[in-house]
Amino acid sequence: MAIRINGTETRAPADPRVSLLDLLRETLHLTGTKKGCNQGACGACTVLADGERILSCLALAVQFEGRSITTIEGLAGQDGMHPLQLAFIEHDGFQCGYCTPGQICSAVGMAAELARGAPSAVTTDLGAATVRFTGEEARERMSGNLCRCGAHNGIIAAITQTYAGAAL
Amino acid sequence: MKPAPFDYVAPTTIDAACALLAEAGGGALVLAGGQTLMPLLALRMSQPFIVVDINRIDALKGVTRVEGGTRIGPVTRQNDIITDTILAEALPGLVTATQHVGHHQTRDRGTVGGSIAFGEPAAELPAAAVALGATIEARSIRGTRRIAADALYLGPYATALEPDELVTAIHFPDWPAGTITLFREVARRPGDFALVGLIGAFAVTGGRIARVGIAWFGMGPTPIRARQAEAALRGQPAAGLDARGVAALAVADTAPFDDHHATAEYRRTVGERIFSRALAEASVLF
Ligand code: FES
Ligand code: FES
Repeated sequence: MAIRINGTETRAPADPRVSLLDLLRETLHLTGTKKGCNQGACGACTVLADGERILSCLALAVQFEGRSITTIEGLAGQDGMHPLQLAFIEHDGFQCGYCTPGQICSAVGMAAELARGAPSAVTTDLGAATVRFTGEEARERMSGNLCRCGAHNGIIAAITQTYAGAAL
Repeated sequence: MKPAPFDYVAPTTIDAACALLAEAGGGALVLAGGQTLMPLLALRMSQPFIVVDINRIDALKGVTRVEGGTRIGPVTRQNDIITDTILAEALPGLVTATQHVGHHQTRDRGTVGGSIAFGEPAAELPAAAVALGATIEARSIRGTRRIAADALYLGPYATALEPDELVTAIHFPDWPAGTITLFREVARRPGDFALVGLIGAFAVTGGRIARVGIAWFGMGPTPIRARQAEAALRGQPAAGLDARGVAALAVADTAPFDDHHATAEYRRTVGERIFSRALAEASVLF
């Protein structure tokens, strides 16, 4: 069985020790996904596995046979960048850019979670079918993505512009 | 950084997993969500020669109602606990505790069983299992047994589970309707392990505290049950509780240490404060 990465079938590595992150970066040369800490602390390696955000440094590639992975390289559509990518540029949502692919993949996953009503620690209306976007929700839900350049305010502004009020 | 070489197997049945663990004679490690194990492998702090991935065993997943309680499969993802409708009803305290485990990304992979079996002393779920009176079902080729969460933790990351045993379920007993669960955690940033945390369940019938379970996390080498405070509360009228007195008793059972995050003294002081405040707030609801 293969792993589907940004729509392309890829063979799982023969060595089970290869993390999903290393498969992306070292084998497939998809270097958009970054390795910050390699131990689950920074979020730079966040990718989407069947739409769910996960840390690719904490996953063995072989575990993802039969699943579909989307990385930052897979987010842009036919007609250009993903709206959130454009919003990051508009709001200076980065400085060095190292955390950015992880931030963007994470926020895309987050929007889907709000849309399907998954509550967070700050959600007050637990019964709602969808969770309303607020800055507080965004900050809580993006807590797994650190930015050492301190671009967090720009990041939240970009996410807010893209998802607040949008029909999620 | 790469882990030391290991063989990888992903069985699809519990029996096959148990057979592999037995065969490995202590050289195997179980991979559930991997959110703790993966860094340990990458840093070569753990060097199993075989990794048994239990993610493909469907029988280990999901939440079901059973006689007198709720059964949670160990490979249930932490984020699935947060959105589970059975648990929202039966164990709201567990849901709240789970919302404080790591970050969204780690909860998409991280499992209930993995956290409980690993036994990080500052983690939320082991303490929740202790406070709420859970029992852990463990299976090996030698048979199945149940271990009270209370008796599971022997020291930091050390549990009563044998190397050939696989956690096959976590059973949470029902608490009476109207039980109030308190959850408090002090951490530097959301998602960090707690400096100090507590979870307490209080069932009040006829104005008296009929049943109570309280456990600390981040307050010693294991999750710690506040036995003296529980004993002092049990059977007492819920009105007019001496919140400060009970909090002092609760802290008396802890054994916090100094580390680079906080001193033991800080943990005790903050612990006492959050406990008494929480109890005072809860007594309005009793
Ligand atoms: S590289 Fe994966 S979380 Fe930091
Ligand atoms: S832009 Fe540099 S780490 Fe976030």
